[in-house]
Order: sequence, then structure tokens, then C-alpha cells
Amino acid sequence: MSAQRTLLDERLAAAKSSERLAFLPFLVVGDPHPEGFIQMAKAMVEAGADALELGLPFSDPPADGPVVQAADLRALSAGITTEKAFELMEQVHRQHDIPISLLVYFNLIMQAGAEAFFERCRAVGIDAVLVADVPFELSEPIFRAARAAGVSPVCLASAVSSSERAKTIREIGEAYVYAAARVGITGVQQTVAESSLGELVTRLRHAEVTLPILAGFGLSRVEHIHAVRDAGADGCIVGSSIIDQMARHLPDIDAGVAAAHRLAHKLSVATRTKA
Amino acid sequence: MIENGFYGEFGGYYVSELLIPCLTELEKAFVEIKDDPSFHQQLKHLLNNWAGRPTPLYRSAWLSEELGCEAYLKREDLLHGGAHKTNNTAGQGLLAQRMGKKRIIAETGAGQHGVATAMIGALLGLDTTIYMGAKDVARQAPNVARMRLFGAKIISVESGGASLKGAINDALRAWTERVHDTFYVFGTAAGPHPYPAIVKTFQKIIGEEIAEQLGNIGARPKAIVASVGGGSNAIGAFAPFIQDESVMLLGAEPGGDGVETGRHGAALSAGRPGSLHGAISYVLQDKDGQIGDTHSVSAGLDYPGVGPEHSHLHACGRAEYAPITDAEALESFVQLCRYDGILPALESAHAVALARKCKSRFGKGDHIVINLSGRGDKDMDHAMNTLQEKGISL
Repeated sequence: MSAQRTLLDERLAAAKSSERLAFLPFLVVGDPHPEGFIQMAKAMVEAGADALELGLPFSDPPADGPVVQAADLRALSAGITTEKAFELMEQVHRQHDIPISLLVYFNLIMQAGAEAFFERCRAVGIDAVLVADVPFELSEPIFRAARAAGVSPVCLASAVSSSERAKTIREIGEAYVYAAARVGITGVQQTVAESSLGELVTRLRHAEVTLPILAGFGLSRVEHIHAVRDAGADGCIVGSSIIDQMARHLPDIDAGVAAAHRLAHKLSVATRTKA
Repeated sequence: MIENGFYGEFGGYYVSELLIPCLTELEKAFVEIKDDPSFHQQLKHLLNNWAGRPTPLYRSAWLSEELGCEAYLKREDLLHGGAHKTNNTAGQGLLAQRMGKKRIIAETGAGQHGVATAMIGALLGLDTTIYMGAKDVARQAPNVARMRLFGAKIISVESGGASLKGAINDALRAWTERVHDTFYVFGTAAGPHPYPAIVKTFQKIIGEEIAEQLGNIGARPKAIVASVGGGSNAIGAFAPFIQDESVMLLGAEPGGDGVETGRHGAALSAGRPGSLHGAISYVLQDKDGQIGDTHSVSAGLDYPGVGPEHSHLHACGRAEYAPITDAEALESFVQLCRYDGILPALESAHAVALARKCKSRFGKGDHIVINLSGRGDKDMDHAMNTLQEKGISL
């Protein structure tokens, strides 16, 4: 565990103690352009976000779905560099006193140099980092650099992750566990090899993972949020559906932000209510 | 995972946690068949009787004269499907069957790997889906038709430059979603471990035959020359000679309009180490690490990365890689047609051009082998148009 309790840790604990799910909207930094992103971040805070999960735009993000990939490409087309993204995240963090967890692809860390990258994360107020494309086996040097800078490395657990991998999470993960599993109520694309979120949460708790478990896979409706609670998770990360609300109104950013806010607010309310 | 799949500092499996179970299952199956004589017997039977191996090693008289040495062409263009790709898809198809998978997916750029995958899918009765960039679907119509004839479904990919890079992103994503019944037939010696090792295992038959065929006339190669996009035909041709330092290993990269113009795909010559599509290797990228767009007259070489073992061979100096421009490749393309009556793939024409560039390094009596990785029928329209644009009259 990290030596110091971060703002993110505090906010996740606060949600838990008030017996509600933590709510983390996911946005791509600089999507669709710097001003639009700042508006979106503000709208998410106003909708009740406990923290923001933010993606550093990358040209080739195979671990993300098509909606997030399109957001990455919009941000890059708007001229977002790694440094500009850091500046935007710092602005959002300072303006709203909101904790930030960063989702990033390894090549962007590799090119910046892991030490410099995580130092910069810490300096702009990023509390946690999830590297999308580095498995546990190869994560040691990256996690070490993150910890050295005071940034919590986040682990991802999937519906197909084994119990053994769940034990690894107990040993190396910090801040929270990103649980990539469907809640199992839509029925769409649910495959036999995939366990549901509920089974994954059970597997993680069996492995004595005590970190907050945040569900983040295909959440877009109030029923999904209720299902996350029923599955025993501690919070939800909602990305594609919120970004999609914004993107379908482009180039009208005001209408897009308003639509994204409506959905985020609805889901945020659902984190405080029971079905 | 049993191994980490590193070649020096290159390789590995830099993928999402969601793909780890797929790769673990694949590696386990691959380790099991690697030294299983019954698997290799089955594969050999298929390659010899269905795909037409061994392919000839042909001495080109005009190239021998031009280069001042004994110049041979390894005729992978004569392999079933029209390129070396079939060696790999036959192997991976049988592996998929052994693993009990009912469905195969693949990415394709020019369409050669897609065709070779569709062929084996048809033969083995596997449901086949091919991811192909929208741009490539438009410019490789004959190969799209061939894949459809073999019963494959084509998914046209709009993202990632609508070419090979985007097709790989989408195929990886699709695999993640349906790992329980799907086998991803990866086309080149790149990607996450164990793919570079799998592709090399199935392509090294090219080099093994070269060694045997030259051995039959009492010769040994002085140099092996091959084109390098992802690098599957090159790693296959190089494989048995990597330990033998007396053999020169030369790789031709897609120089496009010239490396100095920025419009090219020469990852080793002009890129730097990065992480793309699951492995650390040389990559064409900007300062931050965003992956660049590439250009080459040859769709099969139009890729911003390269296989990790090539990166290692380049970094330690065991193999040499040099860019060949579109114009240089086209010149060799026409000459091979004119003087040997062979229509080479534009990819393979890069290798011929590199051999010609290096001729001062070959002496009389030296045997050099150029891997003619594929035939050029697929490139006819494109080549004729480009020749006309460049004002080269036939």
C-alpha cells in the first residue's frame, strides 16, 4: 500500500462510508478540443463525480472500444500532446479539487521515461495510474517508478482473470481495482467464458483484495448501476456512454456537454439509490 | 506465461490484462506442438500436397550477371495462394484445430495474409473473419473477392488510418471479446509473444529449404536478402543462418518516397524503440510516442512497426536493414518481369533492389539468395498506374 493516503483514497472511502457507490466518469483529455474537455470535466463534477478517470490520448488504443478510440483521435487532431494533457489535467484538478486517476498506454510512458512521466503525474495532482497494456508479469519496473513518485499503480481484473491473478492484485495493486466485467443484465455479447461482475467481485474478495472495486465495462443505464451495487462492487467508471452523448452532438459542444451532463447526473443519482 | 518472449530488449507481451488468458492458452498449445512429430508430419503433408512445397530455388541468369555472383531466387511466389503467407496460416490453422477452436480471425493489409487465412479456413471448415482497412478493401479488390470466394467474412475497418495498423487494433479487440471459441491467426513476425515465435517456427522452412537446396549443389549462401514489413518472410529466410556469422543477412525496408521525406515505412532505419501492438520494437512515432502514418508503394510493407527479433538483429548488428524507395522497387519489378519472365510482388521487388544496391559486396562465385516472397498479380493495376505517374514507359 502507498505510504500516504491520497485525495482519491479519501473520496472513495467517503462514498463507502455514506453507503453509496463511488461514481467516476471517464473522459479522454482534450476531447474533442481543450475548451470542450474543460467544459466536460466541469459538467462531470457538477453531475456528482467523486473522481475523474482520464485517458491520455493514444493513436492506437486496442484495449479501448471504438467510442474511446474516436475520442483519442479527436483529441490528437486538436493538437493534444502529452505535456498539453498534463496542463489540462492540472487545471481541472486545481479548479474542482477533484482527484484524478490516469489511464495511459505504455508507449507514452516509455517515450517520456517512466521516472519523468510519473514525477509529472505527481506534480499535476494525479493520484493513480492504470497502464492499459502492461500485464502484471511485466509491470514491476513501471509500478516501482510510479510508487517512487508517490503515484498509486492501479490493477485491472477481467472476467477471465484467474484466482491466481487476483492474488497478485492483492500484492501489487493500490488505490482501487478496475473490474472489467459485464454486469450480466443486458445479455448482449455475454459469452460463456466470461464470468459476470458478481463472480469477479467474489473472486477478488476471496483472494483477500481489500481495495475498492470499481466496475467499468459497458455501463450506460440506471439498471446497470443498480446491478453494480448488487454485484457487491464499490463504484462504477462510466466512459463510452458519456463520451458518446457528447460526441453525437458535435460540433455543437454546448449541446454535447448538456447531453453528457444529463446522462452522468442520472447515473450519479442511481449510485445513491436502490433499485 | 511460460516465457517472456524477449529478443534482447525487444518483444514481450504488452497487452491488456483481458488478453492474457488468450495468450497463455495459445502459448501452452504452441509449446505442445512445437516438438510434436505428429503435428509436424500433418503440417508437412499439407504444405507438400496442398500448398506445393518445396518451392524451387532458381538461378537468375541476368541477376547473376548484373551482380557478378551466383544469384538465386527462392520462389515463394509459387506457393499456393501466391505468397509465403500460406506457410504460416497452414501451421496456425492446424494449431487452431488442435485447440478445438471453431472460428479464426485475422488482419490483413494487401490481402495476402487474409487470402491465405481464408484458404486454410475453408480447408479446415473453420468460420473465418478478416479485418481489413477500408482503404485496402478499396485498392485490393481481387484479394477481397478471393477471400469471399473461400467463404470468409470481411470487416472493413475505418479507424487507424483505415489500413493495416487499424485492422490489427480491431482484430485484437475482437479477439478479446470472443476468446473462448476464436483463434487469432496473426500474419507477421510481430505482435505480442508468442506470435513472433510461432510465425518464425512456421516460416523457417524457407531458410531450411534454401540451406538444403544450395547444399545439393555443394554451396553455402554468402548472403540472404529479403523484404521487411513486419518481417515474416525475412525471419523465415534468415532463421537457420542467424548463428552462422559468415552469412550476410540483408533486409529491405519500405523507403517510400525516401526516408528524408517522412513518407515511408522504414521502422528500423528511421524509427526508435517503442511499444506497438503488444511488443517493444522499432516504431515510427512522434516525440510523445504517437504512432505515425506510413507510406509505401507496397501495401504489404505499409506498417509503422517491425517484428521484435528484427529489432534485436538490427540493434546487435547481426543483420543489416536499408530502405528501398518506391522508384527503386518499381525498377526491379519491371526488370524481373522483362529478364526473368517473373512477375514479383512489389514487396519482393524491394529485396531484389537491395541486392542490386549491395552488389559491390558480392564476389564471383559467391551464392546469394533473394527471397521472392510473393507474386505480383495483386499489384498489377497499382504498379501500372504508378509507373505511368512516374513517366516510366514500358
